[in-house]
Amino acid sequence: MSFYRGMTCENITLKGDKGTPITAYVAKPEGNGPFPGVVLVHHLPGWSEFYIETTRRFAHHGYIAICANLYERAGDGHPDDVAAKVRAEGGIADSQMVGDTAAAVAWMRSQPNLNGKVGIFGSCSGGRHAFIYACQKTDVDACVDLWGGRVVMEPSELNEKTPVAPIDMTKDLSCPLLGIFGNDDRAPSPEQVDQHEAALKANNKAYDFHRYDGAGHGIFYWHRPLYRPEAAMDGWSKVFAFFGKHLSK
Amino acid sequence: MCTSIVEVIPAEGMAKRGDDWFELDQTVVAYDHARHAYLGDVITLDFTNTSLEPGARAAVELTLDTAKELRAALDRAIAAAELEEAELRERGAPPERGPRLVRVA
Repeated sequence: MSFYRGMTCENITLKGDKGTPITAYVAKPEGNGPFPGVVLVHHLPGWSEFYIETTRRFAHHGYIAICANLYERAGDGHPDDVAAKVRAEGGIADSQMVGDTAAAVAWMRSQPNLNGKVGIFGSCSGGRHAFIYACQKTDVDACVDLWGGRVVMEPSELNEKTPVAPIDMTKDLSCPLLGIFGNDDRAPSPEQVDQHEAALKANNKAYDFHRYDGAGHGIFYWHRPLYRPEAAMDGWSKVFAFFGKHLSK
Repeated sequence: MCTSIVEVIPAEGMAKRGDDWFELDQTVVAYDHARHAYLGDVITLDFTNTSLEPGARAAVELTLDTAKELRAALDRAIAAAELEEAELRERGAPPERGPRLVRVA
């Protein structure tokens, strides 16, 4: 095989939460495998190009990857517009996200060339969602939370869509967790990351948190001023090392 | 929306996208990560019609300073408009239907 691996990409339809059809972008590496899998949970800016690119990035590194459009119910259109609509609606329900992501995990586990290992990966609201999923389900083998905000929530922030603060689910975390955070971030703030870490320790969970000085929210977003190249390169190496360790057969 | 700062209010008026105008029924004010402006967190204004597709949206992303200046300009324009409306009412002019525009000085 040449140094650069080929891949095939396509949109597929999943039976999401409550049987609702949703679209997912999948990227499969060239070759027979077996390959580990990564389920990507997109961020609040929606099913954006960054996430589609990142799906392909995982395939380039030898993972079958899938990223479901969690905002499909808000309608068709440019992801920016769809995400703005979802923002106005107060985001999506955590339970709906879990249902949709479960469909993506099930698709992954049905792939004949999967090595049996599946990781979950998300940033921003997707980091929070990935953590929630790993606490509520037992069908993922490793979880990456990139600067997920609102893991720690005040009682006044809880509502019908987000009825339980993710930090209160920590005892049910079912797999190792990698967290990457910027010390200049406000959501999550360093103090909130401390609280999350304390909860993980108190519950004897396997976790690995990395925090970067001079970085805030969105460290990996190469198209945003939040991008921090050194932290991003180091962070990506930590993501691949973590998945390499926990998703290899 | 990691900030959770979102205000949603009803809107009456129209907004333009491309060559077309569409009726508004909602304005969303948020403080959130910029999607396009080369800035960190921004005040975003979305003027939308929730009965149309998500693309029925006139959107801006503003720095906090720009948003404050906009708020001040709105306050000045609204105060002047209300003064003018009050004068018209005193003269017994029939109320205009719908929002009216204030002439440019």
